[in-house]
Amino acid sequence: MTIALFLEQLLNGLQFGVMLFLMAAGLTLIFGVMGLINLAHGSLYMVGAFACAVVAAWSGSFWIGLVASLAAAAAAGAIVELVVIRRLYTRDHLDQVLATFALILIFSEGTRWVFGSIPLYLDIPTLLQGTVPLPGGSRYQLYRLAIIGVGIAVAIGLYLLITQTRLGMRIRAGESDREMIGALGVDVATLYTVVFALGAALAGLAGAMVGAIQSVQVGMGEPVLILAFVVIVIGGIGSIRGALIGAVLVGVTDTMGRFLLPQAMQLFLPPSQAGLIGGAIASMLIYLLMAVVLALKPRGLFPAQA
Amino acid sequence: MKKTLGALALGLTLGLSAPAMAENVKVGMITTLSGGGAGLGIDVRDGFMLALKNAGANNIEVVTEDDARKPEIAVQLADKMIQSDQVDILTGIIWSNLAMAVVPSVVAQDKFYLSPNAGPSPLAGSQCHQNYFNVAWQNDNLHEAMGAYATKEGFAKPFIMAPNYPAGTDALTGFKRFYTGDLAGEVYTQLGQTDYAAEIAQIRASGADSIFFFLPGGMGIAFMKQYAQSDVGLPVLGPAFSFSQDILGAVGDAALGVKNSSQWNKDIDNEANKMFVETFQAEYGRLPSLYASQGYDTANLIIAAAAKADVKDADAFRAALKEADFASVRGDFKFGNNNHPIQDIYVREVVKEGEVITNKIIATAFEDHQDAYAGECGM
Repeated sequence: MTIALFLEQLLNGLQFGVMLFLMAAGLTLIFGVMGLINLAHGSLYMVGAFACAVVAAWSGSFWIGLVASLAAAAAAGAIVELVVIRRLYTRDHLDQVLATFALILIFSEGTRWVFGSIPLYLDIPTLLQGTVPLPGGSRYQLYRLAIIGVGIAVAIGLYLLITQTRLGMRIRAGESDREMIGALGVDVATLYTVVFALGAALAGLAGAMVGAIQSVQVGMGEPVLILAFVVIVIGGIGSIRGALIGAVLVGVTDTMGRFLLPQAMQLFLPPSQAGLIGGAIASMLIYLLMAVVLALKPRGLFPAQA
Repeated sequence: MKKTLGALALGLTLGLSAPAMAENVKVGMITTLSGGGAGLGIDVRDGFMLALKNAGANNIEVVTEDDARKPEIAVQLADKMIQSDQVDILTGIIWSNLAMAVVPSVVAQDKFYLSPNAGPSPLAGSQCHQNYFNVAWQNDNLHEAMGAYATKEGFAKPFIMAPNYPAGTDALTGFKRFYTGDLAGEVYTQLGQTDYAAEIAQIRASGADSIFFFLPGGMGIAFMKQYAQSDVGLPVLGPAFSFSQDILGAVGDAALGVKNSSQWNKDIDNEANKMFVETFQAEYGRLPSLYASQGYDTANLIIAAAAKADVKDADAFRAALKEADFASVRGDFKFGNNNHPIQDIYVREVVKEGEVITNKIIATAFEDHQDAYAGECGM
């Protein structure tokens, strides 16, 4: 194993983590501000990917598709909030889980009804095609570096939004005491719709960017949703900073585990056995990580104020 | 007693009014219609229903249910179809882990199971059963063909990769049965994995001269796109599942030139296949995949057997199935001792025909190939 390979895998882990952050940020924001568990977040990710694929195919430009994915996911989020979610804030978590699970089924079947089950085609824009050299002689895909860049930009943007703007102040106030800001004359209903649409847009952005390197198909959001929940549990539910740290931890642990464990197993097992057993243990690693974090810090690494 | 009388009366009627009237057959189809693997199940179902329509077989009733690629759901559906729908034949399962959960108990209850896709090794060998027929292939077969092809083409250091589930281990075992040289690496990924950056980095660092991978459905799309973007540039080999018609459109030009093995392709020259490809396109507006061809053949096998024997007479029906007396879209094939196909396997290349990306046959890897587990089967 060379330094170059190790570095490349580290970047892969970081890129995976940053993508998870885009999902987890919306999820944790929605939970933090409104106390809502939104299982349909993965569906918004799918909506973003489909919107990008359809618009990119129609217009011939990935960038227009990317804008469309943000708009479509934000619009879908706002509509869902106005029609369904709004009725759930005062209900307990079980009702929220049931209703948002129903939304997953509606989104999945609706998408299948419109687009069919055959995956759609979406490719990386020409500007970001190709690879760049890494120190040590290896090469790294430019598009994945761009994903890392976008993720970091979103993290900084969210930080500025929440600490520096009036909207951010209201979001923080909404987290601390939602009755009080309502009493102070802030339009809580609109604030909730805006926050929900913002979270949805981030999920749609992740879906569109990942759709270009994976496959755009019905059901693509659910595996990511599960990981995003792991991330926010590790990071502390409701904390954006926790979501960022948790996402990078999960991304790097998962990638490095898949890469290093089978190699470590080869020291005392034949290669095919090592691959099988190492791969199986690697797929458990992030859940082990979650268990350890919960054992040491039951409310996550960065617990949000209750 | 009542049954015997019924059979007697039936026998008399049949005797008087030859050729035999086909008796009603109820088929339960459990397949994957939602989630990541849905493209495969939908193609099997569409191919199956098309064969019934083309043959005008109104005597075959089909109950279709979605297993969502979950073994526990497939098991429940099988119980429901046997007990409350009272089906005679079950079919449709795509994934080997689901087949292993369902098939042994179905055949033990004296129902027939005809596999249109999954062919895990235990069911071809030690756990073979007279009521279990595989219409497609034993899992290893297409991978064996690619192993033989890699040997013939002089590849000396392939990197091989498959998901960690029964068909994945069968795949790499099959490849290694006919390719015995050095390997640059052997990796098992997670079933349903969509990001292969870590594996591609390993391939790049491994000094491989080629890549063989088995990643059906969305997994193959994701891998091929990411691989093409990574500038590794090694030749790619795989079974047809990694390059079937249902995924080529989503992979795009990245798949061009890839070699893959299949028992069927749309350019196989026979009447049945021409009709299949034409009517499939007319009915569904897309090109059929090999999964669709397998569904189509499965339905035609049932139609042919039902014309010869009553499904309630298990021994006669079983014998009729075993004859495989129908025009298969893949050309000639027959069932071996373990009820798995003995058939030719071809090497295809991914090409562009006009705007459509599809496969064309470039060589024959095996003629009349039988699976390696037939000897372990006591039939």
